[in-house]
Amino acid sequence: MQEKINKMSLRFTGISENEPFARSCIQAFCLPLNPTISELNDVKTAVSEAVTNCIVHAYSDEGGPVLIEAETADGRIHIKITDEGSGIEDVEKAVEPFFTTRPEDERSGMGFTVMKAFMDDVKVVSKKGEGTTVEMLKIFSSNTADDDAPETAWGQDA
Amino acid sequence: MEIKFKSISNKLYVYLYGELDEYTSRSMRNLLDNLLEQYLQSRAVVFNLANLSFMDSTGLGFLIGRYKKLKNYNIPVYIENPTLSVEKVLQLSGIYEIMPKI
Repeated sequence: MQEKINKMSLRFTGISENEPFARSCIQAFCLPLNPTISELNDVKTAVSEAVTNCIVHAYSDEGGPVLIEAETADGRIHIKITDEGSGIEDVEKAVEPFFTTRPEDERSGMGFTVMKAFMDDVKVVSKKGEGTTVEMLKIFSSNTADDDAPETAWGQDA
Repeated sequence: MEIKFKSISNKLYVYLYGELDEYTSRSMRNLLDNLLEQYLQSRAVVFNLANLSFMDSTGLGFLIGRYKKLKNYNIPVYIENPTLSVEKVLQLSGIYEIMPKI
């Protein structure tokens, strides 16, 4: 049985007040897929990490637009988080555990490590001065996809 | 987010309530540091995370920051009763190497 594709997009100001808001929204959007509490928490935590990066690094606490797009189908969620901020000079370095450009601010440098550990796939595309896009995939165990089901048609218009 | 504390036989127990993220850590940092400064005679500080429902890597930075401050006074830091979701982030980070779980 093939499920219908469900899509949402959410645009908000990248300020720390909006972190709980972003987490609540993604949680609510996942619920129809019957995720376990642990899976739901993985998604919430990964989104929190990506949104924190937008707030702290992309916009240096000055705010700017953050766009979350998500799509669910076949027991999986595909999430894309985009900012129009400063961008990352060296993505390979940025995703290394404990790497941070701001150690003086008590940053752990574990954001991307958490995203990679908690999600099934993470892709980071960034260009200095032009913003960053993080794409993440989570496959929910409670809803194992039919082998014949097509890949999620990410990028198609609703 | 809320912090409660009690000192038992010279050990300071700090109870974190709610969600620890970029938003809450900003206001909690000063609040907690002011509290810790009054208990620098403690022989240990224990963070009780039984009521912390959410924490991301910003929370790790927050805990490590407090650890570093207390290390200057030779006060060891411990973690107790993390919720399952918080435990996953703590485990991944290796933070128990410097502040063991009791």
